Amino acid sequence: MTMRAPDSELPIVLDAVRYGVGRLTILDGISLSFNPGAPTVLIGPNGSGKTTLLRVAMGLLAPNSGRVTWGGRAQISPERRAIVFQRPAMLRRTVEANIEYALSSAGIARSEWRARTDELLKLVGLTGFGGRPARRLSGGEQQRLALARALARDPQVLFLDEPTASLDPAATKAIEDVIQAVAGRGIKVVLSTHDFGEARRLAGEIVLLHRGRVIECTPAVEFFTEPKTNEARQFVAGELLL
Amino acid sequence: MSGDASALELVWNADPRLISIVLLSLFVSFSAVVLAALAGLPLGAVIALTRFPGREAAIVILNALMGLPPVVVGLAVYLLLSRSGPLGSWGILFTPKAMIIAQAILVMPIIAALARQTIEDLWMEYRDEFAAMNVGPLRRIATLLWDARFSLVTTLLAGFGRAAAEVGAVIIVGGNIEGFTRTMTTAIALETSKGDLPLALGLGMVLIAIVVVVNALAWGVRRTGERLAG
Ligand SMILES: Nc1ncnc2c1ncn2[C@@H]1O[C@H](COP(=O)(O)OP(=O)(O)O)[C@@H](O)[C@H]1O
Ligand SMILES: [Mg+2]
Repeated sequence: MTMRAPDSELPIVLDAVRYGVGRLTILDGISLSFNPGAPTVLIGPNGSGKTTLLRVAMGLLAPNSGRVTWGGRAQISPERRAIVFQRPAMLRRTVEANIEYALSSAGIARSEWRARTDELLKLVGLTGFGGRPARRLSGGEQQRLALARALARDPQVLFLDEPTASLDPAATKAIEDVIQAVAGRGIKVVLSTHDFGEARRLAGEIVLLHRGRVIECTPAVEFFTEPKTNEARQFVAGELLL
Repeated sequence: MSGDASALELVWNADPRLISIVLLSLFVSFSAVVLAALAGLPLGAVIALTRFPGREAAIVILNALMGLPPVVVGLAVYLLLSRSGPLGSWGILFTPKAMIIAQAILVMPIIAALARQTIEDLWMEYRDEFAAMNVGPLRRIATLLWDARFSLVTTLLAGFGRAAAEVGAVIIVGGNIEGFTRTMTTAIALETSKGDLPLALGLGMVLIAIVVVVNALAWGVRRTGERLAG
């Protein structure tokens, strides 16, 4: 058994976060907080800074200025945070070995691997796939395996970067079902998408990003029925392109 | 010795002279690859996974050294080990040890350069996941070496193929002494010039067979890797 820090990762608070590369500003003074509750969906056109924001909130990128705190503390090791990248890398191992790797990285005792692996495979609908080479799975199956691997960390917060981009409708539905199940277990989900339908289906709260700034941060219902800002109205109408 | 035996008969009857030459060749090249791997794999891994000034230059030099002419390596090792050379006191010139050292030097850059490329490519692929899973540095290296194992074994086989087929280095530092430092390649060179074509041809056939087997192994390892790991 490993000792788990009792501290919570939540709320995650970004305070005037600026992140840039060279002279390019990617995140331009972002202040936001992610609180327990229904999923937060980051929405915005390509290049608006969604991926960068997720990486900063995960603690993988340090802001150039401003600060990020997790449960009130500055940099702590990401014990109970997990992320699924837009194009997750599959370890050159079997499906099962991919999950076991995540379990062991999270410090979970070997004696628990079998049961946890079976449970995770079942959750993401990959029961019976355990012995297959992970890199031979279809795009949707790889995305689900990546979800299982992230969940192996037993996270309090799960970041998902465009988890259904480039998937067909059936695969998208399968992923969204898992996301809803995960959110139902009380795990805070923060996901990015540029797909409206998906935002509508999953979001409790919407954060609209545009050119590295937060344009709007509102409960999902309000965002779609009465967007407050011009950009939000344009985006809902499909006219906000850059 | 049956001076007029055909090449095929020599091979078929496992002629003792031929067998001892083949065994020595395999022993020398195998030992050289083991030595070269002990130095080359860690070197390749370190260059792949660290950033230091002059790294690009190191990669270019390593890649260039893959094409080292065996005779030049032979000459350098000869100067090193000759009686008046810096390591002359070892007294191993014209012994199999000298041949192993020369071939190890020849093969090490091949192993290091190919391993560097393999490990670096895999690292580029895995680095984000390592960060996300909070994997420590030693475990990262272990994971990369393990997941690249099929490619790395192929690299070692490529090194073995190069060592077994070269003649320039072993002939200079080994001296081609019958029953002591005579390998397949040096024997072929000598017997051909002496006109003992059956022995030269017989050894040539064995050498080609070994090269074919090594390549078949490399192919098999690659296929197994793809099947098991995608
Ligand atoms: N490491 C980087 N170097 C240079 N530009 C970058 C880097 N990372 C992101 N960018 C740029 O920053 C902008 C925002 O990127 P990203 O966060 O990936 O947006 P999104 O995920 O919303 O498409 C893009 O224009 C992208 O090209
Ligand atoms: Mg993105």
